[in-house]
Amino acid sequence: MSDNLPKNNIFKVIGASSLGTLIEWYDFYIFGSLAVIIGHQLFPEDAGASALINTLAIFAAGFIVRPFGALVFGRLGDLIGRKYTFLLTLVLMGGSTFFIGLIPSYKSIGYAAPILVLILRLIQGLALGGEYGGAATYVAEHAPKNKRGFFTSWIQTTATLGLFLSLGIIVITKNILGAETFGDWGWRIPFLLSIVLVVVSIYIRMKMHESPMFSKLKAEGNISKNPLKESFNNKANFKMVLLALFGATMGQGVIWYTGQFYAQSFLENTCKLDFNDSRYILLWGIAFATPFFVVFGAWSDKVGRKWIMLSGMLLGILFYRPIYQMFLDDTDYTKIEQTDILSATPAPVTSVLIANLTDSLRTVSTKVMLKDGASFNKVQIDTVSVTKGILLGKEVVKDKVLPKPIFWKFVGLIFFQILLVTMVYGPIAAFLVELFPTKIRYTSMSLPYHIGNGVFGGLVPFIATLIASFSGATPLSGLWYPIGIAALSLVIGTIYLSNKRDENIND
Amino acid sequence: MNTLKKFLGLVWMVLGPLTMTFLFIQAIDKVGLTHTDIERTNTILQWAIILFIFLPISLGLMIFGFYAWKGEYDRLPESSEEL
Repeated sequence: MSDNLPKNNIFKVIGASSLGTLIEWYDFYIFGSLAVIIGHQLFPEDAGASALINTLAIFAAGFIVRPFGALVFGRLGDLIGRKYTFLLTLVLMGGSTFFIGLIPSYKSIGYAAPILVLILRLIQGLALGGEYGGAATYVAEHAPKNKRGFFTSWIQTTATLGLFLSLGIIVITKNILGAETFGDWGWRIPFLLSIVLVVVSIYIRMKMHESPMFSKLKAEGNISKNPLKESFNNKANFKMVLLALFGATMGQGVIWYTGQFYAQSFLENTCKLDFNDSRYILLWGIAFATPFFVVFGAWSDKVGRKWIMLSGMLLGILFYRPIYQMFLDDTDYTKIEQTDILSATPAPVTSVLIANLTDSLRTVSTKVMLKDGASFNKVQIDTVSVTKGILLGKEVVKDKVLPKPIFWKFVGLIFFQILLVTMVYGPIAAFLVELFPTKIRYTSMSLPYHIGNGVFGGLVPFIATLIASFSGATPLSGLWYPIGIAALSLVIGTIYLSNKRDENIND
Repeated sequence: MNTLKKFLGLVWMVLGPLTMTFLFIQAIDKVGLTHTDIERTNTILQWAIILFIFLPISLGLMIFGFYAWKGEYDRLPESSEEL
């Protein structure tokens, strides 16, 4: 049936599905891209690094519930159809994102602020859990059998493009408003803007038709009566769910989130790069690498899905530590010579009263410009105590702006990591669709996908940051988590997965 | 290859409980350090969440290992009709 679909129709299907999915990813990722600023808004001012870890935990909560969303909405999708289910997820996602933009700060409502954001974040996670499987299934069920990898790879670009859009809108908003206003209230704009994008997407999706394969099943009265039971109570199917999780999506998830999210978090929080610099590097990397989702998706139609995905995992295992070591080495300004400095301009000293209203925090900062075009701020925060005198803080170097050659080297390193993402992620929708029959496809493929991506992948920034904060850990210690998971998945995938494509998914 | 699949099944069956034991030890160790190392971070909650999430996944790995040991993956379905 799908083989006879006119070419312009399939591109309409891809366009309408991809736009909605892209917006859902945008909604989901602006939270992560603004973790540092949101952390300041949701937690006490003196919470320090723990505010970031707690904010990353709220960010991670959205990922953790994704498998539950996959079960709830996957079941709905197999019962009432793909179209209405992913319309519902779009509304839930857009609504909760909009409301995050309206939540008052910790200063106004105390700990109610992070609790409310956590609840909305959970709704986001549930919605996303239902969205992706529906969109991928919908496109695959329209695609001809020899081009399933190519057509579904367009859906695969949406996650990265959603991240690109979120970073782009954040950078533009910040540049228009200025850093101070953005940190104060401007960060809400990317969340509020979501409602406009969602309305447009709902309008487009309302015009779409139900998947031809699902419509056929429905017309024949063959839709599943209990998709959850059929997916997980049937041993033959459940063993494939486990194989998909441990042999593919688990490794794919950590490669995805290391290359894009942990990389950004590492550049900003560990290397202390300037807010804009770290985002521009990622934006360029994404822009150069995104076409490769389609390249590897299409290639997988010819050579099979397995080895492309597993090669991406292997390269990640081999190269993550050298890449992140380069990030550290090239941003280490502790060994600069006096002769490298072009200028050092002290900023006015500022003081802020802390909780007991008698002591204060004194910030001494110096802007240093280097001859090679790099710059950074040296900041020292001292505690001025009425009873204990002045307690000198540790000097930290932050807001580093890289010289041009190093900037482009970092773009290249991020590009390489996202290239690995395109290898593992480009073919995976087609791989999962082909693994399961139509009547329980939405449920069966959604669960391993969202455990792999939501749990194993989504927890990368949180777990890696947590590991790196342990006593005795080095800044690279956090990488053992994605490397270990990818290695396990590589071994299982190599030995147990088949490279054969299922030509007929109309069953 | 089928023999390798089968014997590695034993490894996955053992790896599940080993991972959980490792995580439990890490949790006890790190929660104990909370007040000196990471102030204001609710480490107990963080580790409870990590354990809560990875417990069923470890169980899944054990079941996967059991299926592999029983030879369930010796021949994969050629099409979804076989599922």
